Amino acid sequence: MTLPSPGRVAFAALVGAAFTLILAPVVMVMVISIFRQEIVSFPPEGLTLDWYVNAWERQEFARGFITSLQVALLATLVGVPFGTAAAFALVRAKPRGGGALNTLLLGPLAVPGVVAGTALYMFYLRAEFWLDRDITSTLEGLVAAHVLLTIPWTVRLVTASLQGMDQAAEEAAANLGARPFTVFRRVTLPAMRPGIIAACLFSFIQSFENLELSLLLVGPGRTTLPVAMLNYLEFRVDPTLAAVATVQILLVAVLMLVTDRFVSIARTV
Amino acid sequence: MGSLVLDALGKRYGASTAVERVDLDVGQGEMVALLGPSGCGKTTTLRMVAGFVPPSAGRVLIGGKDVTRTPPHARDTGMVFQSYALFPHMTVAENVAFGLEMRRVSRAERETRVREALRLVRLDALEDRLPRQLSGGQQQRVALARALVVNPAVFLLDEPLSNLDAKLRGEVRMEIRALQQRLGLTTLIVTHDQEEALTMADRLVVMERGRVRQVGTAEDLYERPADPFVAGFVGRCNLIEGRLEAQGQFRASSGALLPCAASPAPPGSCILALRPENVSITAGTDGAGRLKMITYLGPQTEYHLDLAGTPLLAIRQTPSADDPLRRLSPGDAVTISWDASAARLLPAAQPETGV
Repeated sequence: MTLPSPGRVAFAALVGAAFTLILAPVVMVMVISIFRQEIVSFPPEGLTLDWYVNAWERQEFARGFITSLQVALLATLVGVPFGTAAAFALVRAKPRGGGALNTLLLGPLAVPGVVAGTALYMFYLRAEFWLDRDITSTLEGLVAAHVLLTIPWTVRLVTASLQGMDQAAEEAAANLGARPFTVFRRVTLPAMRPGIIAACLFSFIQSFENLELSLLLVGPGRTTLPVAMLNYLEFRVDPTLAAVATVQILLVAVLMLVTDRFVSIARTV
Repeated sequence: MGSLVLDALGKRYGASTAVERVDLDVGQGEMVALLGPSGCGKTTTLRMVAGFVPPSAGRVLIGGKDVTRTPPHARDTGMVFQSYALFPHMTVAENVAFGLEMRRVSRAERETRVREALRLVRLDALEDRLPRQLSGGQQQRVALARALVVNPAVFLLDEPLSNLDAKLRGEVRMEIRALQQRLGLTTLIVTHDQEEALTMADRLVVMERGRVRQVGTAEDLYERPADPFVAGFVGRCNLIEGRLEAQGQFRASSGALLPCAASPAPPGSCILALRPENVSITAGTDGAGRLKMITYLGPQTEYHLDLAGTPLLAIRQTPSADDPLRRLSPGDAVTISWDASAARLLPAAQPETGV
């Protein structure tokens, strides 16, 4: 039997350390959510699911969950078609200044959420004045802001899937008698499909767990889950938040697993 | 009139000319190859026939009908792409059925014809596979079946063999040719590989820099090339610059006086074309010939020669073991000769116009 070389051992250790570093906080949150004591400390005094019950009974979390779900779904529904159309135009029409446009579309990734949120808040106030109607603390206002989060991801993912396709396949379809729209529907769209599905997933997650951008735009009775969690934190620190976070984590994990059954996320992203 | 006619077809991109002017008449069931180095305009010509490139001059006629302005989907052509261009998300059977679906062929008939087409290319066992699960050769046969199943008026092949390995290429070449002849398909094939063109096509069109250099059968091009480019591109050829001094008397620019075929051309500068297999050598000296290098290729041997300052290549059947030629080594003096009628005079290369 030969011993693995020191290089291999070091590499395995490095990979192990990286995974531990990434997963430890997630695992800790899940573990803490079932500790009995209110102030987090080791070892646990006992295990309980009471915090989950508490989270459920406190309406702000349930309502925040519903609001976040609504906002994330609507933002995805609006943002992904927009981003897809933009990506298609950028790749296929190659417009003059396409590079600058691409950078602009990826912009929301580069601007800190708090800054963008504040800017949007000020813009909304001004728009409210001109339009004489509420925008901040409305669902529409929140969705419009979150669409900004979905566009960079969509543009990137759909652009990648378009660039990976063999355009000769479109010509082949035309050669076989398909009209331009049929070519798009039967050949181009299926090639973009993995990118679009991955874009939906990432857009949803980005929106669902966003805190900074939403902070100033939520209003009484219309609070997203992350903001509700922050509000709770102002008054109490107990494992209720860990319980809520665990539900959030599980939802995202399930979404990713389900998506991965349709498109390989590792290959698309 | 042929079933595919290119009438003074040309394509310009701004100031540059991709295709100068192609006139071609492809008969029913005939296979014509567009042959030339990359960038010669052969692919652009094919794409103009398929409708992917709008011509800037001339017309394309399919079955006597002018289709110059007809969009690709309404032209009755079946094309096989260099990259095969299979639909990656469809099975083999769905790929092949696509063209029939577009033609609104009933489901039952579709199934029969797809099965028939797949049997034709010997892929009937793989109809439920996805393209990525197939080898390169199999993908290429799916592409063939997909183009053939719709019975196109014109069959177009764009470098169909360039992505296959050498051994497979020979097989598929024979297969395509056999299919084409059996089905009587009017075919245009684009290739840069002269062997491919010579073995598959009834007639060849040699193109260079957007211009047609010569159209003819393999024999025409090989034995009666119209110009030095064709002579050098189709098969190997000794091309010797010099002047015709008198009938049958060619003065190479190195100074040697070489025998050549009778020619109607007036004396003046021209090029002597001599196929290497027509050059014979014998051991022993007449003073002018010298052997520089020998390359043994099994059945044949190449002799790189020097004839009074003019480099010359001879290709001979490898001599038997007791032949005195077998004992030659580089540096030896040899006697070089050829039948004067084998040495053809070609016009000197035209001064290149900047295209």
